[in-house]
Amino acid sequence: MTAATLGRRSPPPSWLLGLAGLAGLVGIVELAPRAGLVDERYLPPFSAMAAALAEQAATAEFWRSLLETLRGWATGLAIAMVAGVALGLVIGGVPPLRAALNSTIEFLRPIPSVALIPLAVLLFGTDMRSTLLLVVYASFWQVLVQVLYGVRDVDPVARETARSYRFRPFTQVRTVIWPTALPYVMTGFRLGAAVALILEITGELIIGSPGLGRQIAVAQTSGAVAAMYALVIVVGLIGVTVNVAARATERRALRWHPSIRRDLAG
Amino acid sequence: MTADPTGAPARPRSATTAMLDVRGLQKIYEGRGRSVEAVRDLTFTVAAGELVCIVGPSGAGKTTLLRCIAGLLDTTAGEVVLEGERVTGPPPGMAVVFQEYGRSLFPWMTVRQNVELPLKEKKVPKDRRRRLVQDSLEAVGLADAQDAHPWQLSGGMQQRVAIARAVAYEPHLLLMDEPFAAVDAQTRADLEDLVRSLWQRLGVTVLFVTHDIDESVYLGQRVIVLSNSPTVVLEDVPIDLPAERDQLTTRSLPRFAELRSHVYELIQLAKSGHRPA
Repeated sequence: MTAATLGRRSPPPSWLLGLAGLAGLVGIVELAPRAGLVDERYLPPFSAMAAALAEQAATAEFWRSLLETLRGWATGLAIAMVAGVALGLVIGGVPPLRAALNSTIEFLRPIPSVALIPLAVLLFGTDMRSTLLLVVYASFWQVLVQVLYGVRDVDPVARETARSYRFRPFTQVRTVIWPTALPYVMTGFRLGAAVALILEITGELIIGSPGLGRQIAVAQTSGAVAAMYALVIVVGLIGVTVNVAARATERRALRWHPSIRRDLAG
Repeated sequence: MTADPTGAPARPRSATTAMLDVRGLQKIYEGRGRSVEAVRDLTFTVAAGELVCIVGPSGAGKTTLLRCIAGLLDTTAGEVVLEGERVTGPPPGMAVVFQEYGRSLFPWMTVRQNVELPLKEKKVPKDRRRRLVQDSLEAVGLADAQDAHPWQLSGGMQQRVAIARAVAYEPHLLLMDEPFAAVDAQTRADLEDLVRSLWQRLGVTVLFVTHDIDESVYLGQRVIVLSNSPTVVLEDVPIDLPAERDQLTTRSLPRFAELRSHVYELIQLAKSGHRPA
């Protein structure tokens, strides 16, 4: 400890380094077009993007689109979470059912959600429900598969303890299976949240359901390149915020878990 | 020692009322294309209020036997009768202390919640539940650790929590499956004395499975020695040591040494495949 502090200065905190990296990216995006390294028509300098973002933020259209995107994303994710967790607990808790459905799940899961776009359009047109279908389909599998792993992870000794104290099936689910599966549910939530955002934007871009994705497409076709980038940045920020929030929730809910706790007894 | 903290009802202790009756127990594990006979024919009884130890060479089916008694495993033949009722699933008047305390306690709950949960499930009223939790944690010397999580405690303390949970449940039969196999020697001696004192205070019947010969002689009123697998009872050894035992004097008694040697010889016989005629 003392040797280290004397020998060399302690490295700067990781958040500072992360910020420096981000500043570097902004610097490059600002300087490269100005120096003529890239065509300004396709990559305007960062300051132009920021200006376009400020301009966007002054319009009601932008805020309405942002709200549409967030609503579609949250609704889809919520449906996927509820369905994934409920079905995961049931399928995972009944071994014959699990064995019967295993191959079906393995077949349906890898189907890329975007492959369902034609079907979604046939069913719902350019309505927000089309995009919702994609979002739910994509994030549902992420959640379901994680919950299935989680249910399988229940310690046999914990299970026998619960049985020997004659816990009712519901109590076993609530006090043993659910807490064991919770870390997996959290992972499923984080993965599902990321995938849901991707599909929400994809749906809006391609199907044209209302939201930021459609605004990006509109900006692109009308040649508002800086505005297009500004919207892309906003979408990126949503992604970062969601991930940070999910991790914070995870840390709070899983204080007891070996990956987060600090054992006093070695 | 004040009033009996768990209020275990006094039961008549006569030879005719067996707490536990194991008759002709056989367990064959059926695997794919092959079956393994772990336990062949076990018959013994445990009277109410007794402390009986079961020892056997490793792989003697001790854990299989205990799981059959606990109703966690179906028997192939024979039966287990607890308080006159045939065991088909985990019976109400029983608690099990497992060897793997770290996995038997729930890490997402505090010590108090761990002890209290089975009582909630048993629908014990809140006031009484509180008192049972408090008394049992006091009895194992962990009244101050109620709000800690199990993983914040040492191994020996974790096993004390598991014992407190079992004691608070007010079982008539307490099953212990090599509970001290994973703790260090000093902690082990303390926990052995804890089991003796809880047994004497509460009048609970204890069936204690171990592979440790010294431990079985020190703890038990009887030691049932098992053969190697497929298991039968090799000998039922009465332990005629004084009821008041302590680590130093009891273990240095000549009679302790004799009993220990006798059980040791039986285990050696069991290992070499000897079976009763």
